[in-house]
Amino acid sequence: MANYDKKLGAYICSGCGIGDRLDVSQLETTAKRDGKAANCKTHDFLCSKAGVEMIQKDIDDGEVNHVIIGGCSRRSKIEAFRFPEAAVTRANLREGCIWIRPDNDEAQETTQEMADDLIRMACAESKYMNIPTASGEQELNKTLLVVGGGITGMTTALESAKAGYNVVLVEKAAELGGWMAQLHKRTPNKMPYAAPQDTGIDATIAAVNDHANITVHLNTTVSKTEGAPGRFKVELAVESGSASTVDVGAIVQASGFNMFDPANVPAMNHDKSADIVTNMELEALANAAGDGPIKRPSDGKQVSSVIFIQNVGQNSEEEGHLPYHSGIGDMVSIKQAMYFKHLNGDCDTTILFDNLRTPGAAGEDFYRAGQDAMVTFRKGIASEVVAGGDLEVKFKDMILDEEFTESADLVVLDVGMVPNSGPDPYAADNLPKDEDGNPIEEENAVSVESILNLDYRQGTDLPHLRHGFTDSHFICFPYETRRTGIYSAGPVRRPMDIHQTMEDAAGAAMKAIQALENAGKGRAAHPRSGDLSYPLFRKEGCTQCKRCTVECPFGAINEDEKGFPVFNESRCRRCGTCMGACPVRVISFDNYSVDTVGQQIKNVDIPDEFDEKPRILVLACENDAYPALDMAGQNGIEYSSFARIIPVRCLGSVNTIWLTDALNSGYDGIVLMGCSKGDEYQCHFVKGSEMAHYRMGKIADTLQTLSLEEERVATYEVAITDIQRAPKLINDMAETIEQIGMSPFKF
Amino acid sequence: MSLNTAMVEKYRNNFLQEVAGNVEEGDWVKMCMQCGVCAGSCPLGNAWEHTPQKLFMMIRANKRDEVLTSDSMWMCTSCYNCIVRCPRELPITHIMHGLATYAKKLGLAPQSNPTQWFSETFWNNMMKKGRVNELKLGLSLYFKDGFVSGIKESIAHQKLGMNMMKAKRMAPMEIMGGHGVKDLSGLQKMIKKAQDIEAERLEANSK
Repeated sequence: MANYDKKLGAYICSGCGIGDRLDVSQLETTAKRDGKAANCKTHDFLCSKAGVEMIQKDIDDGEVNHVIIGGCSRRSKIEAFRFPEAAVTRANLREGCIWIRPDNDEAQETTQEMADDLIRMACAESKYMNIPTASGEQELNKTLLVVGGGITGMTTALESAKAGYNVVLVEKAAELGGWMAQLHKRTPNKMPYAAPQDTGIDATIAAVNDHANITVHLNTTVSKTEGAPGRFKVELAVESGSASTVDVGAIVQASGFNMFDPANVPAMNHDKSADIVTNMELEALANAAGDGPIKRPSDGKQVSSVIFIQNVGQNSEEEGHLPYHSGIGDMVSIKQAMYFKHLNGDCDTTILFDNLRTPGAAGEDFYRAGQDAMVTFRKGIASEVVAGGDLEVKFKDMILDEEFTESADLVVLDVGMVPNSGPDPYAADNLPKDEDGNPIEEENAVSVESILNLDYRQGTDLPHLRHGFTDSHFICFPYETRRTGIYSAGPVRRPMDIHQTMEDAAGAAMKAIQALENAGKGRAAHPRSGDLSYPLFRKEGCTQCKRCTVECPFGAINEDEKGFPVFNESRCRRCGTCMGACPVRVISFDNYSVDTVGQQIKNVDIPDEFDEKPRILVLACENDAYPALDMAGQNGIEYSSFARIIPVRCLGSVNTIWLTDALNSGYDGIVLMGCSKGDEYQCHFVKGSEMAHYRMGKIADTLQTLSLEEERVATYEVAITDIQRAPKLINDMAETIEQIGMSPFKF
Repeated sequence: MSLNTAMVEKYRNNFLQEVAGNVEEGDWVKMCMQCGVCAGSCPLGNAWEHTPQKLFMMIRANKRDEVLTSDSMWMCTSCYNCIVRCPRELPITHIMHGLATYAKKLGLAPQSNPTQWFSETFWNNMMKKGRVNELKLGLSLYFKDGFVSGIKESIAHQKLGMNMMKAKRMAPMEIMGGHGVKDLSGLQKMIKKAQDIEAERLEANSK
């Protein structure tokens, strides 16, 4: 923590209409008198070169080290107002004040009050923060660990190695290549997308083996992972029993997938006949055929008719089936049907599809190529495969609405992909609970082997999102997992084909490199990328309640023997969920703490009860809700001038003391805006919003002890697109207050 | 052995192949992706027993007799809606006529179907002089169901006929035989040759 004299400088911009709408000299007085900013200046174009130079000169002259900028939103002119050697706060006079208020005499008074409060708040925040500096615990380790030697892992390794980083590639099996090495051919990835193509896997394996930056460990598993980004210590166990330790900066888990077991769909009778094979088993038959015709396994007869049954046990709610669809099986079956057209001459090939999925231009071209080769596509749902000398497939043709039975020499089942991930650290949370709230273990739950063996307080492996796939928001932040510095790529993340997995691998490699570089500089990873602050904690005050260690969405905090939290700052994403959780408020960041927000709340001028000017505290998530409110300003959508908006890093960082303090000091209402939670979560810190909603569920007790109405506190899920709705939520609160009356806690 | 039996023997259970090899534009049938846009676009779709989409699926399902004896493809009025809308750009209208022609050649076309009767009448009318004699074609339509109903029809359309004559839209003297193309025998030879080539092709295909 920095130890220095804070010299506050307030710089107020009168451009963008601020000077026309507000009394800027009064704002300056407020900054001086209430904000105790020794240095106050006004500029009519602050983000211009001259304006920025004016601030920079004061910093260089040692006049100012805490900069308060009264002007546009903290989301505008970020580059112009970047002063790394100073602590910077912003008073949102433009998007958060003049643009959301009508430009008339009647509104003038309340708009000015709003602006004055924004200046007071920014000054208070500045006073209670410190210039963030890195902890100095970091080191730069330019080595990556890649777990899994399939196409995903190998591509990750090659991409990273090409970028100049060292890679330790760990593969459980005796050879590289994974599933792809077992394929006869692959679906085409080159124009004209008309025929199956050689996999080219041998060249990739050779490239990996030959690259000077890549060390390959075969027959090896990860037996222990400890540390944090930049300083992971990973123990590798070789099948023979020997072990070694490597130091790596970041990890990519590319553990791939397993095939769904068709025994879960008994009607397909996979175990009753050797001629009923899965799509992966057919690859082996095609490999065995060489350039000759494919023969059926039972008696070696050349296959002259084959039926492909799509979606076996996929997209199904039946027990033991996969609730999702792998999405690539139809392309695979078209490819395999072409094997027969190429190798077996005049062979009847029928694909029984439900919804044929051949995504992209390449998929469409390949589908046409299959049709052109006279593969028969029938929209049909198979109910049973009858084993016997000649196989019979019973199915319903969905176009003709008629039951059919067709015989075939060989039946191929399109089974889906099951992620090969370790046990979910939070699996117990999703189990049904008994009366005492203890999870009821499933009787025949299969124990899953750990892949990473993390030595973390919160479990050995990456958390799952659902169906065993690792957690990562697939639009907003792919590859990100809830364990900082550990990325997942390929089908362990979601089902995907070779082309997608290679793109995925490159993406994960880039993220992992970014993570280790950031860790080396003590900077946060996504989404507070570049933030130097990290959680500080006052051990004397800690009661070892373990809330922070349990609630951290990223498993960043371990516990020592006595139960005190051990912060691993480079695992931390700086969301502040620990700070929000801490009942004794011993956790803080240099530039974000219980005080920096608490003092903003306290420094708002609360008019007395008879003024009829209520005050609404809005704590808005800086990722979605705050930008939504900014955009409301840009669109000229008005909202109540009684609102005082404070951006928070995540709603999860909201400590209930802020609410109690606010209510005690006379605020009339509180609106909390976080991101959407649950399965379709948009929370940038995954669980922060959920935690906040859970905590706020209990705020009713606090309100009761204060004899206040429950309606005074409202918690919402707000998306970045809620440009109309976010202002409305504030106005709704203003209306509520009008109905239930002002808070009795005004002094 | 009839052409039909020969075809059955040759293609056994692969009707799709038979269609691809013998029906005009039949090679396109395999490219249908069963989206159903043709079925939804057909203005007469409700009147058909099988929509084009369903016919194409029946072909793949080897429902040979059902397809060839069906009157569905005879119902096509050549409005070309399906061709315009087909995302796979199948010449559906042509395929419908191709299927109808093929069924007719195999002797499987439904005898009672009025469109078939009309097509035949139209063809014969046209072949006589090398161009259509509209008066005769119209009259043959009026008298399709017998003499009495023919007279009734004619009386009912008397006013229309008179007006058409006044406007010189109908030449009553055409009833005497009508005028033809310049080189009628040349045309007839040409068509005969085309028919022979076509018949030879089918004959060869059936072996």
